Amino acid sequence: MKADTLARLQAERAAQRPVVLLTRLSDGAQHLWPQEALPGALAEAARDALGSEKAATVMLDGEAWFIHPHNPPLRIIVVGAVHIAQAMAPMAAPLGFELIVVDPRRAFATAERLPGVSLNTDWPDEAMAALRPDARSAVVTLTHDPKLDDPALDAALRSPAFYIGALGSRRTHAKRVARLRELGHGDDAIARIHAPVGLDIGAVTAPEIALSVMAEIVAARRGAALGAPRPAPTEGRISIGISA
Amino acid sequence: MTTDTTQSEDILAIAAEWRAAGEQVAIATVVETWGSSPRPAGSRLAVTASGRLMGSVSGGCIEGAVADAAKQALATGRPQLLDFGVSDERAWEVGLSCGGKVKVFVEPLT
Repeated sequence: MKADTLARLQAERAAQRPVVLLTRLSDGAQHLWPQEALPGALAEAARDALGSEKAATVMLDGEAWFIHPHNPPLRIIVVGAVHIAQAMAPMAAPLGFELIVVDPRRAFATAERLPGVSLNTDWPDEAMAALRPDARSAVVTLTHDPKLDDPALDAALRSPAFYIGALGSRRTHAKRVARLRELGHGDDAIARIHAPVGLDIGAVTAPEIALSVMAEIVAARRGAALGAPRPAPTEGRISIGISA
Repeated sequence: MTTDTTQSEDILAIAAEWRAAGEQVAIATVVETWGSSPRPAGSRLAVTASGRLMGSVSGGCIEGAVADAAKQALATGRPQLLDFGVSDERAWEVGLSCGGKVKVFVEPLT
């Protein structure tokens, strides 16, 4: 690889633009797409690779090309700069996520508590309007305060976010579901919420809960059965779950 | 901080850093896998002529052999396509015990 190619590839990644590295395996010749104009078949293979997020060797005109997509990081938008958010912060980057923490309570949302994390101190409805969660975003609410959690969940349910999780016991969640129904969300929407949040690993401490949430997000991202949303609670079946 | 689908530890950034520090650097990338190979296509390993290693192209089975090939690529200035698998005697030597097969592309950073 030429140092110049490496520098251009890294610049695109730093700017969070999707970029594909194409390598001809017979001689190591390389291109970046879409930054360089490429013949149709190569460009098409590059576009497909970004879509599938899978690197692969393909044969084109009798030549083997390695097509290596680099998408911008997936995002986790956390509402609540609380202890669990702090514990999630160092796990996010190595797992391939950018963590964004939303909390208008400035005593919580400080760089000292969350070094290196991008902080948004707007109210969650404004923050979510600005952050615009997409299909590569996860949204997790952690405040326990309906004034903060509900507007974020409302916005998340109106977005294509690939994962939505809400901290709170089953009892808390049942009340939350009732409020979200009043905001106009139906069963299908509410079924998207993972609550109680995180895989059931018996988590007690903040780092353990952070681990269970990160594991559930990874499972959702990778399409594992554990990452599928669970049935929403119904009014008649209230039981007390983890009240973390 | 950006990522791709296979690894988030930024081996390219490390390779660039090493080169800037005056090291001779090669990059090895898994370009094809069959069976139960431990690391997916796109996994990278950075290697210096001085012997530094970062990243992985297997569960540790073939990194030594890849590092040797990388040093060769640095000496010749030419990339190499390496084949490891159970049908390959060399793979038995280096111990790709998982029963999978991988192709690894090794290129000098020039």
